[in-house]
Amino acid sequence: MKYLEEFRDPELARRLLDDIHGIAKGQWVLMEVCGGQTHSLIRNGIDTLLPDAIELIHGPGCPVCVTPLEVIDKALRIAAQPNVTFCSFGDMLRVPGSGEDLFTVRSGGGDVRIVYSPLDAVKIARDNPAREVVFFGIGFETTAPANAMAVVQAKRLGLKNFSMLVSHVLVPPALDAIMSSPHTRVNGFLAAGHVCSVMGYWQYEPLAQRFRVPIVVTGFEPLDLLQGIRMAVRQLEEGRYEVENAYARAVTREGNVPAQKLLSEVFEVTPRKWRGIGEIPNSGWGLSSAYREFDAAIRFDVTDINTVEPAICRSGDVLQGLIKPNECPAFGKECTPRKPLGATMVSSEGACAAYYQYGRFVSLESIG
Amino acid sequence: MCLGVPGQIKDIYERDGARMGKVDFGGIIKEVCLDFVPEVMVGDYTIVHVGFAITQLDEQSAMETLALFEEMGVLEEELLAAPEVGTSDESQSPRGVT
Ligand code: SF4
Repeated sequence: MKYLEEFRDPELARRLLDDIHGIAKGQWVLMEVCGGQTHSLIRNGIDTLLPDAIELIHGPGCPVCVTPLEVIDKALRIAAQPNVTFCSFGDMLRVPGSGEDLFTVRSGGGDVRIVYSPLDAVKIARDNPAREVVFFGIGFETTAPANAMAVVQAKRLGLKNFSMLVSHVLVPPALDAIMSSPHTRVNGFLAAGHVCSVMGYWQYEPLAQRFRVPIVVTGFEPLDLLQGIRMAVRQLEEGRYEVENAYARAVTREGNVPAQKLLSEVFEVTPRKWRGIGEIPNSGWGLSSAYREFDAAIRFDVTDINTVEPAICRSGDVLQGLIKPNECPAFGKECTPRKPLGATMVSSEGACAAYYQYGRFVSLESIG
Repeated sequence: MCLGVPGQIKDIYERDGARMGKVDFGGIIKEVCLDFVPEVMVGDYTIVHVGFAITQLDEQSAMETLALFEEMGVLEEELLAAPEVGTSDESQSPRGVT
């Protein structure tokens, strides 16, 4: 596949690593925003090859992880109704609500289906006019255009039996919240490449200026990540704080304009709760008034559900980079991918799952 | 679930008023919505997420980035290999044949 092998070239990776070792003088903490980046970093052992003074911490960029408990509870309530076909991306099915998960609803006789694309859910609605088809519309800015398109298509087809439970989250307000916390340790960000493919990176420029923090748009292959780290460290060493693009083959400053146009038509900015973190102002998208007839929360009258999260799981601290997964007392003991306590262990892109999968049971600092 | 996968566009057609295409992901062919990348043509590479192409892969930028990495290494090697001219102990400790 094009550019996959090239951007995994070990020889070039070595050169980038040497360069990072050469330029790094200070102690810096970088946060990679996206869970996909976390997995690539850990799988390739990049965190272990960096100079000791550069620490990587993991950000909130896993949509499965940050979907709040009450939205899961709403999904469960809707999915359990006998006339409903509930469609979702596969990785949401194991995320526990305050009781069960969507798999449990399915084994109890509920019609819960995994779809690859939101358009598949629209097709199911068209083919089954007697059933109410509900799509679980979660995700960051990467996923939102696809979900927006599904609603537009349902409207175009005049479907009365399609709706969406929408819980979209937006990255820039989350970075704002992380930097505004008095406990933040973040010196620089590796921004999520595919979110920026859609939204561009102009939105990050005010953040970089306000918090004096370098933000580097970064891809997912080892060379992409090393290049992102190198650019961020170079800025920190030179005392600059700009938005730079280390993923130019897939990202432009203005982003995907047709997608942004559709997003602003279908969605409007709302406050949004993040699992483990709490409510962040202006950090979500809900359906705009022109598309509100497709809002599953209204159609199935679940807007009143309000759930409190259990105290034992530290995933909120993990998502904000305040602790590493293996610093959670439950990690690998009460909490494993087979018996997850929190969404960061459930999701295949969650930081806790990455640490478990690649055997990071003790923190690197303690090995020295 | 935010990962996008690069693939090559093999076919473009219209369905239900949407621009669709067949995309080859290293041998696996899937149907993908191309509405957000109106400029792509058959043969182009794109990044696909949940059944939607979100961006065209820019070949020139990819080659430039790779060339930059190459060049960086080459420069470094040249600097290391170059003799340090003008240092006082140059004559006592020859750095090998250059
Ligand atoms: S290890 Fe489990 S309990 Fe601890 S933060 Fe991660 S998901 Fe939550």
